Amino acid sequence: SPQIVWSMLGNRQFCSYKMTTKTQNFCRNEYNLTGLCNRSSCPLANSQYATIREEKGRCYLYMKTIERAAFPRRLWERVLLHKNYEKALEQIDENLIYWPRFIRHKCKQRFTKITQYLIRIRKLTLKRQRKLVPLRRKIERREKRREEKALIAAQLDNAIEKELLERLKQDTYGDIYNFPIHAFDKALQQQGAESESESEAEQEEEEEEEGVGTREFVEAEESELSDFEDMDKLETSSEEEQEEEEEVEKKASHSKSKGKTPLKGPARRKRPYIEIEYEEETEPTTKTKAA
Amino acid sequence: APPKPIPKTIENQRVYDETTVDPNDEEVAFDEATDEFAPYFNRQTVPKILITTSDRPRGRTVRFCEQLATVIPNSHVYYRRGLALKRIIPQCIARDFTDLIVINEDRKIPNGLVLSHLPDGPTAHFRMSSVRLRKEIKRKGQEPTEHVPEVILNNFTTRLGHSLGRMFASLFPHDPQFIGRQVATFHNQRDYIFFRFHRYIFKSEKKVGIQELGPRFTLKLRSLQKGTFDSKFGEYEWIHKRREMDTSRRKFHL
Repeated sequence: SPQIVWSMLGNRQFCSYKMTTKTQNFCRNEYNLTGLCNRSSCPLANSQYATIREEKGRCYLYMKTIERAAFPRRLWERVLLHKNYEKALEQIDENLIYWPRFIRHKCKQRFTKITQYLIRIRKLTLKRQRKLVPLRRKIERREKRREEKALIAAQLDNAIEKELLERLKQDTYGDIYNFPIHAFDKALQQQGAESESESEAEQEEEEEEEGVGTREFVEAEESELSDFEDMDKLETSSEEEQEEEEEVEKKASHSKSKGKTPLKGPARRKRPYIEIEYEEETEPTTKTKAA
Repeated sequence: APPKPIPKTIENQRVYDETTVDPNDEEVAFDEATDEFAPYFNRQTVPKILITTSDRPRGRTVRFCEQLATVIPNSHVYYRRGLALKRIIPQCIARDFTDLIVINEDRKIPNGLVLSHLPDGPTAHFRMSSVRLRKEIKRKGQEPTEHVPEVILNNFTTRLGHSLGRMFASLFPHDPQFIGRQVATFHNQRDYIFFRFHRYIFKSEKKVGIQELGPRFTLKLRSLQKGTFDSKFGEYEWIHKRREMDTSRRKFHL
């Protein structure tokens, strides 16, 4: 009799379907109607019981009566419910017509919940599914290590700097940056052209050379000068012309070239030098020639 | 004493790839004149980029998207809100976008990038690693300005690398503004593509100073598809197959 069953399983003895938590007891039995462990919800302790279960998207009504208690194989009677929600509810009502209110009510509630989650499943499968791809630890570690080594091998800063200097050399930047050598090369190429423009260019170069203050520049250029006999002659001739036009042109070139304000000091100092050093500039060239 | 031998590096010992592009190769030049990037390189189209994420992006990814948008000119960030990519793509084409970037996120960090050239161009799927936002980079620079940056593509030697390089180049407008002095670099080393964004200044004829601004990340190519993004029916031009391609340490594909 169900009362005895419940008195055993309910509190005293062990029930394998029972799961206790701090606040509540749950029942893991698959035929349980509510999922809680109660006197009225235990399928083992009630001889007349019904549940709703769903299989592959279709819902069934399972019923158990006292008459079949001796035949475990035929114990649960299964009724396939209609796909239509209202018709299925009517089916439940008609099957459980003289059954206790509690079981009928809980059956309908469970059926409602099940249909709702089935609808959600169908909707979600239409949307994009997120595919979970398992990471492989060894591979992740390998990739990470290889990336670090590749980073070191890449030497990014050097590579970028090299590339930028290459582009500068190949004149992709056009006339934005005027560095001495470039202007000088242009002047070399324009030898046949107007001498005034050349002299102006040379003045700019000279001033910029001395203005930058790096002796390497000056000496390098002068060694180049020493290679070109023509340039020597041109320099001398231009310097003769310069002495008169210096101030005006220098001021112009001051404004033209980049970052000139710090260089005005030494440049100004050089004016008297240039006037006098018509010979001095040639001296170092002779020195280098001698060397 | 015998002369010092050249040290062997992985780059030296690299297995020769038969698809390495020769600069004078006519076939490749012809291919490139007729592929999907030809309109860009002929200056017929201006790049317009849509950057988006996977569903529900976390803060880091959102900030990364914003920074990417400042780096790439003419780009817009839109939130995903659970839209299907297949439906976004026709809309993008209708609104004249040329490229689509989707940043995939996992556990609050961006870890994947899908770059798709829109009027049915190739789609490349990368795994993204070591993403550094601007505030995590040790530098003292300002924000990237609105000038169009230059592009440097390093070490894209094989045919596959070449097409990838063109894909990256087509993200940026064709005429860089040198006043801005900004440069975006895609450097390929051993199949890892490092992206950096710098500002440069020429201190003298032979010295240049660079200052890193802008986010940085590394990409590793996972697959290249011929059409736009389509995981089921797409035609894959190249997939990374671990068992076959990761066997040798000296063999690279990009």
